[in-house]
Amino acid sequence: MAYSHTVAGHRYVFEDLRALLARATPARSGDHLAGVAADSDEQRAAAQRALADLPLRTFLSEVVIPYEIDEVTRLIIDEHDAAAFAPHAHMTVGDFRNWLLSDNANEQSISALGPGLTPEMVAATSKIMRNQDLILVARKCRVITRFRGTMGLPDRLSTRLQPNHPTDDPTGIAASVIDGLMYGSGDAVIGINPATDSVAAVIRLIEMLDAVIHEYSIPTQSCVLTHVTTSIEAINRGAPVDLVFQSIAGSEAANAGFGISLEILREGREAALSLKRGTLGDNVMYFETGQGSALSANAHHGVDQQTCEARAYAVARKFKPFLVNSVVGFIGPEYLYDGKQITRAGLEDHFCAKLLGLPMGCDVCYTNHAEADQNDMDNLLTLLAVAGLTFVMGIPGSDDVMLNYQTTSFHDALYARKVLGLRPAPEFEHWLHQQGIFREHASGVAGNIQLGNALPDPMARALTRLM
Amino acid sequence: MPPSPGPGAGLAPALASDVPPYVAADPWSALRRLTQARIALGHAGTSLPTGPHLDFQLAHARARDAVHRALDVEALQAQFRARNVPIQLVHSAASDRHTYLQRPDLGRRLDAHSRDLLQRIRAAELGAVGQACEEIRSAAPGPMPHSTEGTTVSADVLFVLADGLSARAIQDNALPFLDVILPRLAADGFRVAPLVVAVEQGRVAVGDEIGELLGVRLVALLIGERPGLSSPDSMGIYLSYGPRVGMTDAERNCISNVRAEGLSYEVAAHKLHYLISEACRRMLTGVTLKDEAADLGRGPLRLSAAPEKLLTGNGD
Repeated sequence: MAYSHTVAGHRYVFEDLRALLARATPARSGDHLAGVAADSDEQRAAAQRALADLPLRTFLSEVVIPYEIDEVTRLIIDEHDAAAFAPHAHMTVGDFRNWLLSDNANEQSISALGPGLTPEMVAATSKIMRNQDLILVARKCRVITRFRGTMGLPDRLSTRLQPNHPTDDPTGIAASVIDGLMYGSGDAVIGINPATDSVAAVIRLIEMLDAVIHEYSIPTQSCVLTHVTTSIEAINRGAPVDLVFQSIAGSEAANAGFGISLEILREGREAALSLKRGTLGDNVMYFETGQGSALSANAHHGVDQQTCEARAYAVARKFKPFLVNSVVGFIGPEYLYDGKQITRAGLEDHFCAKLLGLPMGCDVCYTNHAEADQNDMDNLLTLLAVAGLTFVMGIPGSDDVMLNYQTTSFHDALYARKVLGLRPAPEFEHWLHQQGIFREHASGVAGNIQLGNALPDPMARALTRLM
Repeated sequence: MPPSPGPGAGLAPALASDVPPYVAADPWSALRRLTQARIALGHAGTSLPTGPHLDFQLAHARARDAVHRALDVEALQAQFRARNVPIQLVHSAASDRHTYLQRPDLGRRLDAHSRDLLQRIRAAELGAVGQACEEIRSAAPGPMPHSTEGTTVSADVLFVLADGLSARAIQDNALPFLDVILPRLAADGFRVAPLVVAVEQGRVAVGDEIGELLGVRLVALLIGERPGLSSPDSMGIYLSYGPRVGMTDAERNCISNVRAEGLSYEVAAHKLHYLISEACRRMLTGVTLKDEAADLGRGPLRLSAAPEKLLTGNGD
């Protein structure tokens, strides 16, 4: 069905829900590349006004990718919780924005509503929100997950220690692990992007991380970010897998491009659960997403990239992940051109995921061919940390020498913790103090972080072995 | 570029007193020799000290310059003229860098003028190319690294250069690499096309259109890869058999990270020579043509201990 809005005598017509959502989206290069973006700022503003008038329940009767051809659409529709949605069923998108900003929306009411929301409802609402709205509402959401540590508690900001090496050299990886731990990084996960996907090589890395975590009694979890089927095979061969990783997207065809389906993800989760390695909880999945992934696989079905991204969160929430992460600036300028677009997308992704009940982190990052720099990353990191982001990446000196892009450093995470009084996950924080890596500050004020001067004994011994 | 030595060196040493030093060094800086990663940078408060901060800014500036600096066509032509290799300049449908970065589809195709040019070269074949070669030969006599006899349509392989995301990678690496690979191909009797095509604002797939227009068997595209902070000059090589518009990534073979500090010209040439031989024999490229060239230049593993024991265990 078509939608329209008239501005100063000019009637803008949007041929269907996909077109309405796409034209209402704040400008970004990927939607231009796909040919779905608004032609003019006025058309975009008109689309936003038409979208604001749309009843939320429209998204239950009109889908953006046909139910018959897409298992993600079927997941969204079939598992929608009508009872949770009922109190909001009368609202338009514009009403819903108002409600979210009001004091009626709080931790409890938003959590209760989550299963009643679809990705498209949340994406639509984000399109008529300013950055400050996205921050304010996300900050109200509380999403807590557990494995060996606890993610998402109030006033916490966790980090993934990302010790990548271009050839998976174990000594090189070990050097970055020590560096990260000494800067208080790694409470969300110690997670390696391997250079090779061979099962044997992956198992060696999994065993190495497992040994480190046990030897130093670190209350954290490990992950080697390999294909889910490789993780399943590693588990079958007895590897000590903590978290099972997978990149996911918002359409069945895009997921097929990643070589996965909902069934394969279910098998991956079952395999990880069977090991019973979580001591505090059984959130065992780690997902990564990012705007533009569906388009780059030519599997977007004419849907704008931000709506596609939100649909990936329906996939994620089905499998109760420990961590979800939008790799927002990794994909490149043909999807998000500059710091402004990357910032907007990062805030949208965090907002949408949190409303849908996901433990959302962000790879605050950019490539060298994007119009972005460290200052843009400082801005986005600060905004997301204010918004209550679950975790960020931590990498030596912001430079990923394996993936060739820049993300947040160990130092960056300490900056965010310092200025906003944020702390690592409680179990990990306790360990940091125990090891003398973080020192209690005389003031006792959260965020007054001081780093210890010396290597803890076990790491000093490891240093000797490495040299 | 490797991380700078001694972050904060000369600014303030780590002090073993209760007065917080302005800059603290990390006692594990010896680990730096184990990885290119920017570890043990030290800290001012908990922030990055001035030295490593400015090192990063410089590395990013170099990577940005690599992305945005245009291919120096005159310098490239002069380089090739000195080798008696005619070079034909063409342009993709992406008119400038701004368009190129946002429209990958345009960088994969030639503009109309370039298409027309290549069609005329093919039509004229012997005459046009021969004459062009003749002009250059007479202009700069010198050693011939490969034969410019014969025609493009009958060639086994055409070399195409594309700026990609780092013109610098092509400027620095293309000719030195060709100096290694061309004599080997000639020695094995492969017919190399009597010209090299250089594309401005080109992406990988543009090589396939060029190869199709000129009717060659194989295109070997040398292209500037996306610069990393430590690798602003990395060149990639893509090989397509029976090049034509619309080929997928799965139908090409790739050799990546060719540069002085990365994959050496020697090893890259060895791999490409192998791939070209196999492609001609099996009449295909892509995922079914695995790179089984024997590894050259890989030193013995430095480790005797199992990697999982490096950070753990009681023994030294």
